[in-house]
Amino acid sequence: MVLPGQLRDLARGRARVDLETDPATVADALGALRARLPAVYERLVTEEGNVRAHVNLFVGADDIRWSGGLDTPVPAGAEIVVIPSVSGG
Amino acid sequence: MPANPSGVSARDGDVLVMVGTTKGAFLLHSDGSRQRWEMDGPHFPGEEVYAMAYDGRAGRRTLWAAPGNAFFGVTLRKSDDLGKSWSGKDERPVRFPEGRDLSVARIWQIQPGRETEPDRMFLGVEPTCLFESTDAGESWSPVAGFLEHEHRPYWTPGNGGLCMHTIVLDPADRDRALVAFSTGGVYRTEDGGATWTPRNRGVRAEFLPEKHPEYGQCVHKVVHHPSRPERLFLQNHWGLYRTDDWGDSWQDVANGVPSDFGFAMAMHPHDPDTVYIVPLEADVFRCVPEAKLRVYRTRNAGESWEPMGEGLPQKDAYETVLRDAMSTDTLAPAGVYFGTRSGKLYGSADDGESWTLLREGLPPIVCVKAAALS
Repeated sequence: MVLPGQLRDLARGRARVDLETDPATVADALGALRARLPAVYERLVTEEGNVRAHVNLFVGADDIRWSGGLDTPVPAGAEIVVIPSVSGG
Repeated sequence: MPANPSGVSARDGDVLVMVGTTKGAFLLHSDGSRQRWEMDGPHFPGEEVYAMAYDGRAGRRTLWAAPGNAFFGVTLRKSDDLGKSWSGKDERPVRFPEGRDLSVARIWQIQPGRETEPDRMFLGVEPTCLFESTDAGESWSPVAGFLEHEHRPYWTPGNGGLCMHTIVLDPADRDRALVAFSTGGVYRTEDGGATWTPRNRGVRAEFLPEKHPEYGQCVHKVVHHPSRPERLFLQNHWGLYRTDDWGDSWQDVANGVPSDFGFAMAMHPHDPDTVYIVPLEADVFRCVPEAKLRVYRTRNAGESWEPMGEGLPQKDAYETVLRDAMSTDTLAPAGVYFGTRSGKLYGSADDGESWTLLREGLPPIVCVKAAALS
């Protein structure tokens, strides 16, 4: 999983986090992230279990909004990239 | 990124003004003369800070702040060294229980509890709910009587979100408290939070077909003085009110103000009859009337209000002061402080008689809290 700069100090400075598992879906990957780095998980997912509105998750080049949401398949070895939206003022 | 803030080095008797903005927090401090101010910040650069508080109970000098953003949510941070360091970065203790389909979007108010219960604290959050801590802020739980309130499905968000922005405690009765939120209005508990009853009689809801519903008002701020806790003042979304019976009934006290629309309201620290507001022209034009920046002050509990503009711009001042962006310190004469959406911070060291621009060029100011350090 590739993290944006704002979250790296919650991941001990790392830009990349190896989940050390083979998640079948994005939901599985986020579950693995929660176990390893709960503070990062909390920044990405609400208490309701939804990806925050201004957080974009890409599996490879595909935004999960358009590829199945949390059920989006994660191919073996794929990268999940976290990118904050280009919103704000 | 900005340089790291170093915190405040202050002595007893100094005054601290905490300023929350949409892009970080700033700490200003001065000695008791309040003539020369030093500024430290931004803390939490890039994050909005809608709530800050100073907790001086039981010998503490604790600062609280609730930075967050739309990207990664809100956190609750604490500093025991006046901003040199903040704990809580890795934690999110303020959260709704799983399965409630509710997520904390923003913390709007941090309210230390009564002097007699120094480990108790409260938070007002969005979507509207009251949270409580009984261990000095280490852990938090939603107040069940509020979380489960039967009116919850009918509370609707205003422009700022469905926010609980006001928590008023009875200093003498641990079972009585009053909260206000937009929209929903004022609710009061008499049993320590188990049940909450709307207390909006007399407060109008200009934006609803029924102008005086039991609840649903868009209350913007409520203040009171601890020496006369049953008397409260209310700045409404259209309307300026006072109650003398803990909200059982409210009377219109918009006597001599250019508009009864506004957000900010602050209580004088020593005089229970003195209150400060900043009227705005209208909900469709949320700027000070006539483009003249004037604080209005009553010294007779709302029987009349007087404009206080000395030192404030009286021409082309299209300014807005939001609901938590005005505060008083506890010195005598009182210091009064407010911030604008245009990033200007003003202060008065003489009960509001005259004003000084303390800083400008800050990000939009959403929170101002003042405290005299002891």
